[in-house]
Amino acid sequence: MILETVSQRRDLLARSRTVAMVGASPNPTRPSYFVFSYLRTKGRLKVAPINPAVSEIDGVKAYPSLEAYAAANGPPDIVDVFRKAADAPQVVSEAIAAEAKAIWFQYGVINDEAIRLAAEAGMDVVVDRCIKVESARFDGGLSTGGLNSGLITSRRT
Amino acid sequence: MGDHVFGFRTRALHAGTPPDPATGARALPVYLSSSFVFDSTEHAAELFALRTYGNIYSRIGNPTVAAFEERIASLEGGIGSVAFGSGLAAQLSTVLALAQSGDHIVATASLYGGTVTQFTVTLKRMGIACTLVPPNADAVAAAIEPHTKLVFTETIGNPDGNVADIEALAAVAHAHGVPLVVDNTFATPVLCRPLEWGADIVTHSATKFLGGHGTVIAGVVVEKGTFPWGAGKHPLLSQPSPGYHDMNFAETFGEYAFLMRLRTEVLRDVGAALSPMNAFLVMQGIETLALRMPAHVANAMEIARFLRTRDEVAWVSYAGFEDSPYRALARKYLPDGAGSIFTFGLRGGRDAGRAFIEALELWSHLANVGDAKSLVIHPASTTHQQLTDEQMTAAGVKPEMIRLSVGLEDPADLRWDLENGLRAARAVAAALATA
Repeated sequence: MILETVSQRRDLLARSRTVAMVGASPNPTRPSYFVFSYLRTKGRLKVAPINPAVSEIDGVKAYPSLEAYAAANGPPDIVDVFRKAADAPQVVSEAIAAEAKAIWFQYGVINDEAIRLAAEAGMDVVVDRCIKVESARFDGGLSTGGLNSGLITSRRT
Repeated sequence: MGDHVFGFRTRALHAGTPPDPATGARALPVYLSSSFVFDSTEHAAELFALRTYGNIYSRIGNPTVAAFEERIASLEGGIGSVAFGSGLAAQLSTVLALAQSGDHIVATASLYGGTVTQFTVTLKRMGIACTLVPPNADAVAAAIEPHTKLVFTETIGNPDGNVADIEALAAVAHAHGVPLVVDNTFATPVLCRPLEWGADIVTHSATKFLGGHGTVIAGVVVEKGTFPWGAGKHPLLSQPSPGYHDMNFAETFGEYAFLMRLRTEVLRDVGAALSPMNAFLVMQGIETLALRMPAHVANAMEIARFLRTRDEVAWVSYAGFEDSPYRALARKYLPDGAGSIFTFGLRGGRDAGRAFIEALELWSHLANVGDAKSLVIHPASTTHQQLTDEQMTAAGVKPEMIRLSVGLEDPADLRWDLENGLRAARAVAAALATA
Protein backbone atom coordinates (compact mmCIF):
# COMPACT_ATOMS: atom_id res chain seq x y z
CA MET A 1 0.00 0.00 0.00
CA ILE A 2 1.04 3.60 -0.51
CA LEU A 3 2.12 5.13 2.81
CA GLU A 4 0.96 8.73 2.95
CA THR A 5 0.83 9.65 6.63
CA VAL A 6 3.51 10.57 9.13
CA SER A 7 2.68 7.65 11.40
CA GLN A 8 2.80 5.17 8.49
CA ARG A 9 6.32 6.34 7.62
CA ARG A 10 7.37 6.25 11.27
CA ASP A 11 6.06 2.69 11.64
CA LEU A 12 7.78 1.57 8.42
CA LEU A 13 11.12 2.90 9.63
CA ALA A 14 10.59 1.44 13.12
CA ARG A 15 9.89 -2.09 11.84
CA SER A 16 12.67 -2.05 9.23
CA ARG A 17 16.28 -3.07 9.77
CA THR A 18 17.87 -3.25 6.29
CA VAL A 19 17.99 -0.78 3.40
CA ALA A 20 19.28 -1.54 -0.09
CA MET A 21 20.08 1.82 -1.70
CA VAL A 22 19.80 1.66 -5.50
CA GLY A 23 21.97 4.36 -7.05
CA ALA A 24 24.09 5.13 -3.96
CA SER A 25 27.06 7.23 -5.06
CA PRO A 26 30.56 7.40 -3.54
CA ASN A 27 30.81 11.06 -4.69
CA PRO A 28 30.67 13.12 -1.46
CA THR A 29 28.81 16.00 -3.16
CA ARG A 30 25.92 13.78 -4.34
CA PRO A 31 22.63 13.74 -2.39
CA SER A 32 22.62 9.93 -2.36
CA TYR A 33 25.96 9.97 -0.57
CA PHE A 34 24.55 12.32 2.11
CA VAL A 35 21.68 9.91 2.70
CA PHE A 36 23.89 6.83 2.64
CA SER A 37 26.38 8.40 5.04
CA TYR A 38 23.60 9.52 7.42
CA LEU A 39 22.05 6.06 7.62
CA ARG A 40 25.43 4.34 7.92
CA THR A 41 26.71 6.53 10.75
CA LYS A 42 23.38 6.57 12.62
CA GLY A 43 23.62 2.79 12.55
CA ARG A 44 20.03 1.84 13.33
CA LEU A 45 19.31 0.79 9.76
CA LYS A 46 21.87 -1.44 8.04
CA VAL A 47 22.38 0.21 4.67
CA ALA A 48 24.07 -1.28 1.59
CA PRO A 49 24.82 0.39 -1.78
CA ILE A 50 23.40 -1.19 -4.94
CA ASN A 51 25.75 0.12 -7.62
CA PRO A 52 27.57 -2.01 -10.20
CA ALA A 53 30.26 0.67 -10.63
CA VAL A 54 31.74 0.37 -7.12
CA SER A 55 32.81 -2.45 -4.82
CA GLU A 56 32.25 -0.55 -1.58
CA ILE A 57 31.42 2.88 -0.13
CA ASP A 58 33.09 3.94 3.13
CA GLY A 59 33.89 0.30 3.87
CA VAL A 60 30.35 -0.97 3.26
CA LYS A 61 30.22 -3.71 0.61
CA ALA A 62 28.30 -2.71 -2.51
CA TYR A 63 26.25 -5.11 -4.63
CA PRO A 64 25.84 -4.89 -8.41
CA SER A 65 22.11 -5.64 -8.23
CA LEU A 66 19.23 -6.24 -5.85
CA GLU A 67 19.41 -9.89 -6.90
CA ALA A 68 23.01 -10.09 -5.70
CA TYR A 69 22.10 -8.27 -2.47
CA ALA A 70 19.22 -10.66 -1.73
CA ALA A 71 21.37 -13.70 -2.52
CA ALA A 72 23.85 -12.63 0.14
CA ASN A 73 21.60 -10.99 2.75
CA GLY A 74 18.05 -12.16 2.10
CA PRO A 75 15.20 -9.79 1.14
CA PRO A 76 15.78 -6.14 2.08
CA ASP A 77 13.22 -4.46 4.33
CA ILE A 78 13.38 -1.28 2.21
CA VAL A 79 14.66 -0.63 -1.31
CA ASP A 80 15.57 3.08 -1.44
CA VAL A 81 15.56 4.42 -5.01
CA PHE A 82 17.97 7.14 -6.18
CA ARG A 83 17.39 6.76 -9.92
CA LYS A 84 15.71 8.83 -12.59
CA ALA A 85 11.93 8.41 -12.64
CA ALA A 86 11.97 6.60 -16.00
CA ASP A 87 14.09 3.82 -14.50
CA ALA A 88 11.73 3.26 -11.56
CA PRO A 89 9.57 0.45 -13.07
CA GLN A 90 12.69 -1.63 -13.75
CA VAL A 91 13.85 -1.12 -10.15
CA VAL A 92 10.41 -2.21 -8.93
CA SER A 93 10.62 -5.42 -10.99
CA GLU A 94 14.00 -6.18 -9.43
CA ALA A 95 12.69 -5.30 -5.96
CA ILE A 96 9.76 -7.67 -6.41
CA ALA A 97 12.14 -10.42 -7.50
CA ALA A 98 14.29 -9.74 -4.42
CA GLU A 99 11.14 -9.98 -2.26
CA ALA A 100 11.67 -6.50 -0.80
CA LYS A 101 9.04 -5.55 1.79
CA ALA A 102 8.95 -1.85 0.96
CA ILE A 103 10.12 0.53 -1.74
CA TRP A 104 11.03 4.14 -1.06
CA PHE A 105 11.18 6.60 -3.98
CA GLN A 106 13.38 9.59 -3.13
CA TYR A 107 12.55 13.23 -3.99
CA GLY A 108 11.54 13.57 -7.64
CA VAL A 109 11.48 9.83 -8.37
CA ILE A 110 7.81 9.88 -9.31
CA ASN A 111 6.58 7.27 -11.78
CA ASP A 112 2.93 6.23 -11.72
CA GLU A 113 3.57 2.84 -13.33
CA ALA A 114 6.29 2.01 -10.80
CA ILE A 115 4.05 3.03 -7.91
CA ARG A 116 1.19 0.89 -9.24
CA LEU A 117 3.39 -2.15 -9.86
CA ALA A 118 4.89 -1.96 -6.37
CA ALA A 119 1.54 -1.49 -4.64
CA GLU A 120 -0.02 -4.36 -6.63
CA ALA A 121 2.87 -6.59 -5.58
CA GLY A 122 1.93 -5.90 -1.94
CA MET A 123 4.90 -3.73 -1.11
CA ASP A 124 4.68 -0.70 1.15
CA VAL A 125 5.40 2.34 -1.04
CA VAL A 126 6.71 5.80 -0.10
CA VAL A 127 6.84 8.42 -2.86
CA ASP A 128 8.71 11.73 -3.22
CA ARG A 129 10.15 11.65 0.30
CA CYS A 130 13.70 11.46 1.61
CA ILE A 131 14.51 8.55 3.91
CA LYS A 132 17.13 10.71 5.67
CA VAL A 133 14.67 13.52 6.33
CA GLU A 134 11.98 11.11 7.55
CA SER A 135 14.49 9.28 9.77
CA ALA A 136 15.63 12.63 11.17
CA ARG A 137 12.01 13.62 11.79
CA PHE A 138 11.69 10.76 14.27
CA ASP A 139 15.21 10.64 15.73
CA GLY A 140 15.23 14.35 16.63
CA GLY A 141 17.64 15.38 13.88
CA LEU A 142 15.25 17.80 12.16
CA SER A 143 14.45 19.48 15.47
CA THR A 144 18.14 19.90 16.20
CA GLY A 145 18.42 21.82 12.95
CA GLY A 146 15.53 24.19 13.70
CA LEU A 147 13.38 22.30 11.17
CA ASN A 148 9.70 21.57 11.70
CA SER A 149 9.32 17.89 12.59
CA GLY A 150 5.55 18.31 12.93
CA LEU A 151 5.70 16.17 16.06
CA ILE A 152 4.03 17.06 19.36
CA THR A 153 4.48 14.90 22.44
CA SER A 154 4.70 15.22 26.21
CA ARG A 155 6.19 11.74 26.53
CA ARG A 156 9.86 11.35 27.18
CA THR A 157 11.56 9.58 24.29
CA MET B 1 2.33 10.23 18.08
CA GLY B 2 -0.39 9.62 15.52
CA ASP B 3 -1.71 11.71 12.66
CA HIS B 4 -3.82 14.04 14.77
CA VAL B 5 -3.54 17.63 13.58
CA PHE B 6 -2.90 19.92 16.53
CA GLY B 7 -4.33 23.42 16.75
CA PHE B 8 -2.48 26.72 16.94
CA ARG B 9 -2.72 27.19 20.71
CA THR B 10 -1.49 23.67 21.36
CA ARG B 11 1.45 24.15 19.00
CA ALA B 12 2.22 27.52 20.61
CA LEU B 13 2.79 25.57 23.84
CA HIS B 14 4.30 22.32 22.55
CA ALA B 15 5.90 22.57 19.10
CA GLY B 16 9.66 22.13 19.36
CA THR B 17 9.58 21.17 23.02
CA PRO B 18 9.10 17.50 23.77
CA PRO B 19 10.40 16.71 27.27
CA ASP B 20 14.17 17.10 27.38
CA PRO B 21 15.49 13.65 26.35
CA ALA B 22 18.48 13.94 28.69
CA THR B 23 16.67 14.90 31.92
CA GLY B 24 12.92 14.75 31.33
CA ALA B 25 12.69 18.48 32.11
CA ARG B 26 9.25 19.64 30.94
CA ALA B 27 10.12 23.32 30.62
CA LEU B 28 12.56 24.25 27.86
CA PRO B 29 16.10 23.87 29.26
CA VAL B 30 18.47 26.77 28.64
CA TYR B 31 21.56 25.18 27.12
CA LEU B 32 24.13 27.85 27.98
CA SER B 33 26.99 26.05 26.31
CA SER B 34 29.09 27.57 23.56
CA SER B 35 30.10 24.14 22.22
CA PHE B 36 29.11 20.48 22.19
CA VAL B 37 31.38 17.42 22.35
CA PHE B 38 31.50 15.00 19.44
CA ASP B 39 30.83 11.27 19.78
CA SER B 40 33.92 10.46 17.71
CA THR B 41 36.16 11.92 15.04
CA GLU B 42 33.88 10.39 12.40
CA HIS B 43 30.84 12.03 14.03
CA ALA B 44 32.66 15.37 14.02
CA ALA B 45 33.52 15.00 10.35
CA GLU B 46 29.93 14.09 9.45
CA LEU B 47 28.65 17.15 11.35
CA PHE B 48 31.09 19.54 9.70
CA ALA B 49 30.26 18.14 6.25
CA LEU B 50 26.52 18.71 7.01
CA ARG B 51 25.82 15.03 6.47
CA THR B 52 24.28 14.53 9.87
CA TYR B 53 22.25 16.72 12.24
CA GLY B 54 23.68 17.76 15.57
CA ASN B 55 25.15 20.49 17.69
CA ILE B 56 28.62 21.83 17.06
CA TYR B 57 28.90 25.41 18.27
CA SER B 58 26.17 27.84 19.41
CA ARG B 59 27.01 30.41 16.74
CA ILE B 60 25.56 27.93 14.21
CA GLY B 61 22.94 26.18 16.32
CA ASN B 62 21.92 25.56 19.92
CA PRO B 63 19.26 23.22 21.37
CA THR B 64 17.34 26.00 23.15
CA VAL B 65 17.45 28.22 20.08
CA ALA B 66 16.42 25.25 17.88
CA ALA B 67 13.29 24.74 20.01
CA PHE B 68 12.30 28.35 19.27
CA GLU B 69 13.08 27.83 15.58
CA GLU B 70 10.90 24.74 15.34
CA ARG B 71 8.03 26.36 17.23
CA ILE B 72 7.83 29.50 15.10
CA ALA B 73 8.15 27.36 11.96
CA SER B 74 5.16 25.35 13.14
CA LEU B 75 3.09 28.45 13.94
CA GLU B 76 3.85 30.13 10.60
CA GLY B 77 3.33 26.90 8.63
CA GLY B 78 6.94 26.65 7.45
CA ILE B 79 9.37 23.75 7.06
CA GLY B 80 11.87 25.32 9.43
CA SER B 81 13.54 28.51 10.51
CA VAL B 82 16.82 30.10 11.53
CA ALA B 83 16.97 32.46 14.52
CA PHE B 84 19.14 35.56 14.70
CA GLY B 85 20.25 38.04 17.34
CA SER B 86 17.77 40.65 16.07
CA GLY B 87 15.09 41.24 13.45
CA LEU B 88 17.46 43.35 11.37
CA ALA B 89 20.07 40.58 11.47
CA ALA B 90 17.39 38.13 10.29
CA GLN B 91 16.45 40.43 7.44
CA LEU B 92 20.00 41.21 6.32
CA SER B 93 20.90 37.53 6.43
CA THR B 94 17.89 36.66 4.28
CA VAL B 95 19.15 39.07 1.62
CA LEU B 96 22.73 37.76 1.91
CA ALA B 97 21.51 34.18 1.45
CA LEU B 98 19.99 35.07 -1.92
CA ALA B 99 21.85 38.09 -3.29
CA GLN B 100 25.43 39.26 -3.75
CA SER B 101 27.25 42.25 -5.17
CA GLY B 102 25.68 43.26 -8.49
CA ASP B 103 22.26 41.96 -7.52
CA HIS B 104 19.07 43.85 -6.77
CA ILE B 105 16.02 43.62 -4.52
CA VAL B 106 12.60 45.30 -4.60
CA ALA B 107 10.83 46.44 -1.43
CA THR B 108 7.58 48.23 -0.76
CA ALA B 109 8.36 51.69 0.61
CA SER B 110 6.32 51.86 3.82
CA LEU B 111 8.79 50.00 6.00
CA TYR B 112 10.38 50.35 9.40
CA GLY B 113 12.96 53.16 9.11
CA GLY B 114 15.80 50.84 10.11
CA THR B 115 14.87 48.52 7.27
CA VAL B 116 14.84 51.37 4.75
CA THR B 117 18.32 52.38 5.89
CA GLN B 118 19.60 48.80 5.83
CA PHE B 119 18.29 48.30 2.31
CA THR B 120 19.23 51.67 0.80
CA VAL B 121 22.49 52.49 2.61
CA THR B 122 24.14 49.35 4.01
CA LEU B 123 23.16 46.96 1.21
CA LYS B 124 24.17 49.58 -1.34
CA ARG B 125 27.67 49.70 0.18
CA MET B 126 27.79 45.93 -0.29
CA GLY B 127 26.87 46.30 -3.97
CA ILE B 128 23.25 45.17 -3.63
CA ALA B 129 20.78 47.72 -4.99
CA CYS B 130 17.28 48.22 -3.64
CA THR B 131 14.32 49.86 -5.36
CA LEU B 132 11.58 51.11 -3.02
CA VAL B 133 8.14 51.15 -4.64
CA PRO B 134 4.54 51.86 -3.65
CA PRO B 135 2.98 48.79 -2.03
CA ASN B 136 1.10 47.41 -5.01
CA ALA B 137 1.73 44.57 -7.44
CA ASP B 138 2.00 46.74 -10.56
CA ALA B 139 4.70 48.94 -9.02
CA VAL B 140 6.60 45.85 -7.86
CA ALA B 141 6.35 44.26 -11.31
CA ALA B 142 7.66 47.42 -12.97
CA ALA B 143 10.67 47.54 -10.63
CA ILE B 144 11.84 43.93 -11.08
CA GLU B 145 15.09 43.70 -13.05
CA PRO B 146 17.00 40.72 -14.48
CA HIS B 147 19.20 40.55 -11.36
CA THR B 148 16.38 41.02 -8.84
CA LYS B 149 16.62 38.25 -6.23
CA LEU B 150 13.66 38.91 -3.92
CA VAL B 151 10.65 41.09 -3.19
CA PHE B 152 10.21 42.34 0.38
CA THR B 153 7.18 43.75 2.19
CA GLU B 154 5.65 44.04 5.66
CA THR B 155 2.24 42.49 6.45
CA ILE B 156 1.31 45.71 8.22
CA GLY B 157 3.57 48.61 7.22
CA ASN B 158 5.43 50.49 9.96
CA PRO B 159 4.24 53.10 10.74
CA ASP B 160 1.77 53.75 7.90
CA GLY B 161 -0.44 50.81 8.87
CA ASN B 162 -1.00 49.79 5.25
CA VAL B 163 -1.85 46.13 4.67
CA ALA B 164 0.13 44.20 2.04
CA ASP B 165 -1.76 42.41 -0.73
CA ILE B 166 0.34 39.30 -0.13
CA GLU B 167 -1.37 37.08 -2.69
CA ALA B 168 -0.94 39.64 -5.48
CA LEU B 169 2.67 40.42 -4.54
CA ALA B 170 3.50 36.69 -4.44
CA ALA B 171 1.98 36.18 -7.89
CA VAL B 172 4.09 38.99 -9.36
CA ALA B 173 7.27 37.80 -7.64
CA HIS B 174 6.75 34.21 -8.77
CA ALA B 175 6.01 35.30 -12.34
CA HIS B 176 9.54 36.74 -12.31
CA GLY B 177 11.11 33.71 -10.63
CA VAL B 178 11.82 35.42 -7.32
CA PRO B 179 10.52 34.75 -3.78
CA LEU B 180 8.29 37.02 -1.75
CA VAL B 181 9.68 37.82 1.71
CA VAL B 182 7.13 39.16 4.20
CA ASP B 183 8.00 40.66 7.56
CA ASN B 184 5.17 39.49 9.81
CA THR B 185 6.28 41.23 13.01
CA PHE B 186 3.20 43.45 13.43
CA ALA B 187 0.62 40.75 12.68
CA THR B 188 2.25 37.65 14.24
CA PRO B 189 1.03 34.23 13.03
CA VAL B 190 -2.02 34.68 15.26
CA LEU B 191 -3.45 37.37 12.97
CA CYS B 192 -1.88 36.46 9.60
CA ARG B 193 0.19 33.61 8.18
CA PRO B 194 1.75 35.00 4.98
CA LEU B 195 3.06 31.58 3.86
CA GLU B 196 -0.57 30.44 3.48
CA TRP B 197 -1.14 33.35 1.06
CA GLY B 198 1.79 32.51 -1.21
CA ALA B 199 4.73 34.18 0.52
CA ASP B 200 7.92 32.09 0.50
CA ILE B 201 9.81 33.48 3.47
CA VAL B 202 8.63 35.20 6.66
CA THR B 203 10.85 37.34 8.88
CA HIS B 204 10.19 38.54 12.41
CA SER B 205 11.56 40.89 14.93
CA ALA B 206 10.81 38.46 17.78
CA THR B 207 11.57 41.36 20.11
CA LYS B 208 7.98 42.49 19.59
CA PHE B 209 4.81 40.43 20.15
CA LEU B 210 6.53 37.02 20.04
CA GLY B 211 8.65 37.84 23.08
CA GLY B 212 5.80 40.09 24.05
CA HIS B 213 7.22 41.63 27.21
CA GLY B 214 9.84 44.06 25.99
CA THR B 215 12.71 41.99 27.37
CA VAL B 216 15.00 40.70 24.63
CA ILE B 217 16.19 41.50 21.12
CA ALA B 218 15.65 38.57 18.73
CA GLY B 219 14.86 37.78 15.10
CA VAL B 220 13.94 34.78 12.99
CA VAL B 221 13.51 33.71 9.34
CA VAL B 222 10.92 31.05 8.42
CA GLU B 223 10.67 29.31 5.05
CA LYS B 224 7.72 27.63 3.42
CA GLY B 225 9.73 25.07 1.47
CA THR B 226 8.04 25.25 -1.92
CA PHE B 227 10.15 27.80 -3.81
CA PRO B 228 12.19 26.26 -6.69
CA TRP B 229 15.67 27.23 -5.45
CA GLY B 230 17.31 25.03 -8.05
CA ALA B 231 15.72 26.76 -11.04
CA GLY B 232 18.84 28.86 -11.68
CA LYS B 233 17.67 32.29 -10.60
CA HIS B 234 19.63 32.03 -7.33
CA PRO B 235 23.15 30.81 -8.15
CA LEU B 236 24.13 31.12 -4.48
CA LEU B 237 21.89 28.11 -3.93
CA SER B 238 22.09 26.31 -7.28
CA GLN B 239 25.81 26.63 -8.08
CA PRO B 240 28.70 24.86 -6.32
CA SER B 241 29.49 26.67 -3.07
CA PRO B 242 33.19 27.37 -2.44
CA GLY B 243 32.23 27.87 1.23
CA TYR B 244 31.30 24.17 1.42
CA HIS B 245 33.70 22.18 -0.77
CA ASP B 246 31.63 22.96 -3.89
CA MET B 247 28.42 21.49 -2.55
CA ASN B 248 25.27 22.48 -4.45
CA PHE B 249 22.72 23.42 -1.77
CA ALA B 250 19.64 23.10 -3.99
CA GLU B 251 20.65 19.66 -5.26
CA THR B 252 21.80 18.30 -1.90
CA PHE B 253 19.12 19.69 0.40
CA GLY B 254 16.13 20.14 -1.93
CA GLU B 255 13.38 22.03 -0.14
CA TYR B 256 15.75 22.81 2.75
CA ALA B 257 18.34 24.50 0.52
CA PHE B 258 17.63 28.08 1.55
CA LEU B 259 17.49 27.34 5.28
CA MET B 260 20.65 25.25 5.13
CA ARG B 261 22.60 27.99 3.36
CA LEU B 262 21.13 30.63 5.67
CA ARG B 263 22.43 28.71 8.69
CA THR B 264 25.62 27.07 7.54
CA GLU B 265 27.02 29.92 5.45
CA VAL B 266 25.31 33.18 6.41
CA LEU B 267 24.72 32.71 10.14
CA ARG B 268 28.05 30.90 10.44
CA ASP B 269 29.97 33.71 8.73
CA VAL B 270 28.01 36.76 9.88
CA GLY B 271 27.87 35.53 13.46
CA ALA B 272 24.58 37.20 14.43
CA ALA B 273 23.52 34.27 16.62
CA LEU B 274 20.66 34.39 19.11
CA SER B 275 21.57 33.76 22.76
CA PRO B 276 19.93 30.64 24.27
CA MET B 277 18.77 32.73 27.23
CA ASN B 278 17.02 35.13 24.87
CA ALA B 279 15.49 32.24 22.93
CA PHE B 280 14.10 30.92 26.23
CA LEU B 281 12.49 34.28 27.00
CA VAL B 282 10.93 34.52 23.53
CA MET B 283 9.57 30.99 24.02
CA GLN B 284 7.95 32.03 27.30
CA GLY B 285 6.29 34.83 25.38
CA ILE B 286 5.07 32.60 22.55
CA GLU B 287 3.28 30.33 25.04
CA THR B 288 0.68 33.08 25.56
CA LEU B 289 0.80 34.69 22.10
CA ALA B 290 -2.60 33.34 21.07
CA LEU B 291 -4.15 34.79 24.24
CA ARG B 292 -2.39 38.13 24.13
CA MET B 293 -3.02 39.12 20.50
CA PRO B 294 -6.85 39.25 20.72
CA ALA B 295 -6.49 41.33 23.90
CA HIS B 296 -4.04 43.68 22.14
CA VAL B 297 -6.46 44.00 19.21
CA ALA B 298 -9.46 44.72 21.47
CA ASN B 299 -7.61 47.42 23.37
CA ALA B 300 -6.28 48.94 20.15
CA MET B 301 -9.77 49.16 18.67
CA GLU B 302 -11.10 50.82 21.80
CA ILE B 303 -8.28 53.36 21.91
CA ALA B 304 -8.49 54.10 18.19
CA ARG B 305 -12.23 54.73 18.46
CA PHE B 306 -11.69 56.94 21.51
CA LEU B 307 -9.13 59.09 19.72
CA ARG B 308 -11.43 59.49 16.77
CA THR B 309 -14.04 61.18 18.96
CA ARG B 310 -11.59 63.87 20.12
CA ASP B 311 -11.38 67.35 18.64
CA GLU B 312 -7.62 67.52 19.31
CA VAL B 313 -7.09 64.64 16.90
CA ALA B 314 -6.93 65.48 13.18
CA TRP B 315 -6.90 61.89 11.94
CA VAL B 316 -6.54 58.26 13.09
CA SER B 317 -5.09 55.64 10.72
CA TYR B 318 -6.04 52.12 11.78
CA ALA B 319 -6.72 49.32 9.32
CA GLY B 320 -9.25 47.98 11.82
CA PHE B 321 -11.66 50.84 11.02
CA GLU B 322 -14.50 50.03 8.63
CA ASP B 323 -13.70 53.13 6.56
CA SER B 324 -9.93 52.56 6.40
CA PRO B 325 -8.54 52.57 2.85
CA TYR B 326 -6.92 49.25 3.82
CA ARG B 327 -10.15 47.70 5.12
CA ALA B 328 -10.67 45.34 2.19
CA LEU B 329 -7.13 44.01 2.50
CA ALA B 330 -7.43 43.83 6.29
CA ARG B 331 -10.65 41.86 6.02
CA LYS B 332 -8.91 39.38 3.74
CA TYR B 333 -5.53 39.03 5.44
CA LEU B 334 -6.31 40.09 9.04
CA PRO B 335 -9.83 38.82 9.75
CA ASP B 336 -9.19 38.64 13.51
CA GLY B 337 -7.89 42.18 13.80
CA ALA B 338 -5.42 44.61 12.30
CA GLY B 339 -2.95 44.44 15.17
CA SER B 340 -2.42 46.92 17.95
CA ILE B 341 -0.01 49.40 16.40
CA PHE B 342 -1.47 52.42 14.66
CA THR B 343 -0.92 56.13 14.16
CA PHE B 344 -2.82 59.35 14.60
CA GLY B 345 -2.18 63.04 13.96
CA LEU B 346 -2.69 65.86 16.45
CA ARG B 347 -3.92 69.29 15.47
CA GLY B 348 -1.10 71.71 16.24
CA GLY B 349 1.55 69.59 14.51
CA ARG B 350 4.96 68.84 15.96
CA ASP B 351 4.67 71.16 19.01
CA ALA B 352 1.34 69.67 20.05
CA GLY B 353 2.85 66.22 19.60
CA ARG B 354 5.74 67.05 21.91
CA ALA B 355 3.38 68.40 24.59
CA PHE B 356 1.17 65.33 24.22
CA ILE B 357 3.99 62.85 24.76
CA GLU B 358 5.51 64.81 27.65
CA ALA B 359 2.18 64.89 29.52
CA LEU B 360 1.74 61.10 29.49
CA GLU B 361 2.17 59.14 32.73
CA LEU B 362 1.25 55.57 31.85
CA TRP B 363 2.19 55.20 28.17
CA SER B 364 5.94 54.65 27.86
CA HIS B 365 7.78 56.96 25.49
CA LEU B 366 10.31 54.65 23.84
CA ALA B 367 11.43 53.15 20.55
CA ASN B 368 9.79 49.74 20.53
CA VAL B 369 6.45 48.13 19.73
CA GLY B 370 4.68 44.93 20.68
CA ASP B 371 5.27 45.11 24.43
CA ALA B 372 2.56 44.03 26.88
CA LYS B 373 2.86 47.63 28.11
CA SER B 374 1.50 50.50 26.03
CA LEU B 375 4.08 52.51 24.10
CA VAL B 376 4.13 55.85 22.29
CA ILE B 377 6.58 57.57 19.97
CA HIS B 378 6.88 60.40 17.43
CA PRO B 379 8.38 58.59 14.37
CA ALA B 380 9.43 61.71 12.41
CA SER B 381 11.93 62.69 15.14
CA THR B 382 13.00 59.18 16.19
CA THR B 383 12.57 55.82 14.39
CA HIS B 384 12.35 57.36 10.93
CA GLN B 385 14.40 60.56 11.44
CA GLN B 386 17.34 59.32 9.31
CA LEU B 387 15.12 59.10 6.22
CA THR B 388 15.12 61.77 3.55
CA ASP B 389 11.94 63.85 3.23
CA GLU B 390 11.15 61.88 0.09
CA GLN B 391 11.64 58.53 1.84
CA MET B 392 9.59 59.76 4.78
CA THR B 393 6.69 60.65 2.52
CA ALA B 394 6.98 57.32 0.71
CA ALA B 395 7.00 55.51 4.06
CA GLY B 396 3.85 57.39 5.10
CA VAL B 397 5.53 59.28 7.96
CA LYS B 398 3.88 62.66 8.53
CA PRO B 399 5.39 65.37 10.81
CA GLU B 400 2.40 65.36 13.19
CA MET B 401 2.15 61.57 13.34
CA ILE B 402 2.14 59.81 16.72
CA ARG B 403 2.55 56.02 16.77
CA LEU B 404 0.89 53.95 19.48
CA SER B 405 1.56 50.33 20.40
CA VAL B 406 -1.45 49.45 22.51
CA GLY B 407 -0.69 47.10 25.37
CA LEU B 408 -2.73 45.02 27.74
CA GLU B 409 -3.53 47.51 30.53
CA ASP B 410 -7.09 48.36 31.57
CA PRO B 411 -8.33 50.38 28.60
CA ALA B 412 -9.95 52.92 30.94
CA ASP B 413 -6.50 53.70 32.36
CA LEU B 414 -5.05 54.07 28.87
CA ARG B 415 -7.84 56.49 27.95
CA TRP B 416 -7.36 58.44 31.20
CA ASP B 417 -3.71 58.97 30.38
CA LEU B 418 -4.42 59.93 26.77
CA GLU B 419 -6.89 62.54 28.10
CA ASN B 420 -3.99 64.14 29.99
CA GLY B 421 -1.89 64.21 26.85
CA LEU B 422 -4.71 65.59 24.71
CA ARG B 423 -5.32 68.36 27.24
CA ALA B 424 -1.69 69.43 26.98
CA ALA B 425 -1.82 69.23 23.18
CA ARG B 426 -4.99 71.35 23.15
CA ALA B 427 -3.28 74.06 25.20
CA VAL B 428 -0.41 74.19 22.73
CA ALA B 429 -2.72 74.25 19.73
CA ALA B 430 -4.76 77.08 21.32
CA ALA B 431 -1.60 79.09 22.03
CA LEU B 432 -0.48 78.61 18.45
CA ALA B 433 -3.87 79.75 17.18
CA THR B 434 -3.83 82.97 19.22
CA ALA B 435 -0.15 83.74 18.65
